[in-house]
Amino acid sequence: MLHSSPSADGRNLAFLTRDLSKVYGEGPAAVHALRGVDLEIPEGELVVLLGPSGSGKSTLLNILGGIDRATSGQAFFLKEELTAMNDRQLTAYRRRHVGFVFQFYNLMPSLTAHENVDLVAEIAPSPMDAIDALDMVGLKNRATHFPSELSGGEQQRVAIARAIAKNPTVLFCDEPTGALDSQTGVSVLKALQDVNTRLGTTTLIITHAAATAAMADRVIHFADGQIREVIVNDHKASPEDISW
Amino acid sequence: MFDFLSTLDRKLLRDLWRIKGQAAAIIFVIAAGISLFVMSHGMMVSLDETMRAYYERYRFADMYAPAKRAPDHLIEQLRALPGVNDVEGRISGGGLVALPDVSAPISARVLSFDPEARSPINNVHLSSGRMMSPTRSDEILLLKSFADAQGLGPGDPLSITMNGVRHEFMIAGLVLSPEFIYALPPGDFVPDPGRFAAIWANKETMEAAYDLDGAFNEAILTFAPGANEQFLIDELDRLLAPYGAVGAYARADQISNKFLVEELAQLKTMGRVMPPIFLAVSIFLLNVVITRLVQTEREQIGLIKAFGYSNGDVGWHYLKFVMAIALGGALVGWAGGFWLGRMIGEIYQAYFHFPFLVFVADFSTLGLVLAISAFAAAAGAWVAVRSAINLTPAVAMRPPAPPKFKSGDGFFRAVSRLLDQPSRMILRRLARQPVRAILTTFGIGAAMGLSVMMRFNVNATDYMLDVSFNVIDRSDVLVTFVEPLSDKTILELQGMEGVTLVEAFRSTPVMFRHEREQYLGAITGLPDNPTLNRAVDSNLQDVAVSGDGIVLSEKLAEILGVSVGDVLTVEVREGRRPTLEIPITGLVESLIGTPAYMDMSALNRRLKEPNRVSGAYMKIDWTRRDAVYDRIKAIPLVAGVSLRREAYENFDKMIEEGPGVFRHIMTVFSIVIAAGVVYNSARIAYIERQHDLASLRVLGFTKIETGYVLLGELALLTILALPIGSALGYLIWSYIATAMSTELYQIPTIYKENGLGFAAIIVFLATAVASAFVQNDVSKIEMATALKTRD
Repeated sequence: MLHSSPSADGRNLAFLTRDLSKVYGEGPAAVHALRGVDLEIPEGELVVLLGPSGSGKSTLLNILGGIDRATSGQAFFLKEELTAMNDRQLTAYRRRHVGFVFQFYNLMPSLTAHENVDLVAEIAPSPMDAIDALDMVGLKNRATHFPSELSGGEQQRVAIARAIAKNPTVLFCDEPTGALDSQTGVSVLKALQDVNTRLGTTTLIITHAAATAAMADRVIHFADGQIREVIVNDHKASPEDISW
Repeated sequence: MFDFLSTLDRKLLRDLWRIKGQAAAIIFVIAAGISLFVMSHGMMVSLDETMRAYYERYRFADMYAPAKRAPDHLIEQLRALPGVNDVEGRISGGGLVALPDVSAPISARVLSFDPEARSPINNVHLSSGRMMSPTRSDEILLLKSFADAQGLGPGDPLSITMNGVRHEFMIAGLVLSPEFIYALPPGDFVPDPGRFAAIWANKETMEAAYDLDGAFNEAILTFAPGANEQFLIDELDRLLAPYGAVGAYARADQISNKFLVEELAQLKTMGRVMPPIFLAVSIFLLNVVITRLVQTEREQIGLIKAFGYSNGDVGWHYLKFVMAIALGGALVGWAGGFWLGRMIGEIYQAYFHFPFLVFVADFSTLGLVLAISAFAAAAGAWVAVRSAINLTPAVAMRPPAPPKFKSGDGFFRAVSRLLDQPSRMILRRLARQPVRAILTTFGIGAAMGLSVMMRFNVNATDYMLDVSFNVIDRSDVLVTFVEPLSDKTILELQGMEGVTLVEAFRSTPVMFRHEREQYLGAITGLPDNPTLNRAVDSNLQDVAVSGDGIVLSEKLAEILGVSVGDVLTVEVREGRRPTLEIPITGLVESLIGTPAYMDMSALNRRLKEPNRVSGAYMKIDWTRRDAVYDRIKAIPLVAGVSLRREAYENFDKMIEEGPGVFRHIMTVFSIVIAAGVVYNSARIAYIERQHDLASLRVLGFTKIETGYVLLGELALLTILALPIGSALGYLIWSYIATAMSTELYQIPTIYKENGLGFAAIIVFLATAVASAFVQNDVSKIEMATALKTRD
């Protein structure tokens, strides 16, 4: 079976895709977002997806994150086939295993930082304490602030705390630094790397900033809905050393 | 496709299409209000005009002056009175109709009529058959509604007992009459076409039957322009006094006309009370929708202005948007009102017997309706449109400031500590937009209020029926005599097989006077400790009617402006016609009519007519009712028989078919309001929070859990709306009950909890349906797309 094969170095695969395709629309207006992607991501890695707009990286992330469906092909998470799951199963998958960080943070404006983290912790089977999660991103002292009272970087770090509070198996980050200046962006990347090293959470980061690749275990280059190149990085840089 | 439209107008059409669900909800709320207005107003105009035309064409009398026996030559004297246009003396008598297959006695009113008169007063409309022959004493005309109900037609024989003698007639023709548009048997207040016959016979026949040779017992008059009504009443009473005048009364007190006029007044009340409620709700809905539209289109507004469109262009654009919705509501409402009017018109036909009744499409209301809707639209849109006008392009093109929230303090904080995060989101959002939350609550409350009002109406009717038939009058049969008879007649009734209880009463027509007020009515004399026909107070407790005093119904006391302890002047209009001074010893609640009670022997003593009875209330063995009916029909001097149990059932049936239909319509309309408010609120909340909801879905919240954040808010507002709706229903009902109470019916303002429960269920159902639509939207959230955009 496809999904049972471990990676070359013997670690289990967090994700595996075979001939994964996604087409938006029909007929002449059809857009091929993914054209037969084959991919293997071992557990525990921090993976950076690079590529120009429309290259398909977000589409891949959405399908692996269980918020979009493939048109054809297969995608596996551990031993389960994501592409065979129904709506309810995908919701359960997201609830149990997935943490999301978005470009625009997507915090609930009516909840404080602490409550935003609790929002997810309340529905997770084995969450960490919300304060601990905020502590990990350095915002323990901002716990009672509402999103409108926090800076962009702080909001994004709350979003990361919210994502990790459920002790997710995987963390998906779509342009997490896209709306931030570089200094703030670094603090966010730092938080992500911390989570990856301390909790061993498989982390997928989409970014426009090529320099971010330096901190990844693995860098996947996208173009025209296909993987152009996969680079395994043996010498990861620290986020502080990254600039863009 | 829409090339002929300007760009902004095309945008307008597309925007309308985009919010079609919400627009439709608002259109229906406006339409409900408008259709009620059009229906009640149109029905009022139709009834009013039909009534006028009918009265005029058939020369419906302006005044009635009943007497015992007045010589025919007196007519010329009456004709000479100033203000009199025409006078006729006729004979009007009670009778009983005997039909072979009907055991129950049927009351009849027999009137003398001249078939050769060119245009007699109170002319009849010949519907089928022919006019009776002036030379044939055995021919009669019969009221069409009765003939239809009993399956009779021209050429059929008919037996009528008049003055204790049975006469055989042949039906020449079936007629309608302005006197019997609303045809009531004596002593009843609900028409029952099969139980009351109006009959017209030749004068000679009537003179013979009622022993009134060369005399009449009722003068009917039409007025000349400028007639003084009160003067004529006084003059008629004076001139007819020697001949046993009972008391002249004007058309306004003629029973059929009275019911008709009251129906018109009720339509007017409904047309005045209901539509504003619907319009207020639609103003609110339009306001919410247009405010949201302007908010989402800030950038577009900025852009349009930056391109050089004026403030006026922009303001007019959004105003047109709401006007389009209002116009839709007005047109749907107008068409709906017309349809409702036609339907109600048919129901009316069953109770009001007109030769013609057409619900006229009153186009004059269309203009008014359009104006009202346009006003509602402008009122609803005003604030939002002004804010669109006031946006400067630069400001408009920047995104609005992010929403700010507060934890709240004290109580709010304590409460929210107990809640999970989604519930906190609900509470904080409500706290952030309290005005909208309050208005939404009131909108739902208005829907509930209408429902509550309708249920209270049902309760009041049930109560009225219950009190009238199970508390005040508990008899099965009411027998009235042609004239007061010796109380030995009661023994005869008591001796009948199948009769279990007989209770005599004395009734005498009187004119009540107190200071400048006067009222033509009757005093009912009750026996000691009555059980079948009682006087009860507002707590339904027996009122002691003893001594020489009189007990008045509250309504009558109100008309005369008297209270307990006052002395009333009573001019008796039969027998020796004494004028009496009687102290008022009590007031009683009466829901139907304006009765006045005295102790029977005291009344007879004051009348100097001891041991006289006017009739009797009877309780009978229901299984032997046919035998009882047969015996009653054989008693010569029985003027009328009222079958109380059948009247009860008939009333119930009438309520179900007449006002009952209104109730169903109003219930549907309250659902429309509740669903309209909830759907719009939910849709707006959904659009505003699409982004948050998508995020929740992505974070692993199920569709139901996500829906909770949205719909929990509405559920909470709906619950808050319950007490408001109850209070609104209470207020509307109090107003309507008072406005619709008349001399004929006093609508009791009673409030029962089950009315509230029913209304709450209606509101919850409507909320559930509207929520289901929005929950469906939640289920279809495109997570991937929603996350890409920033609000």
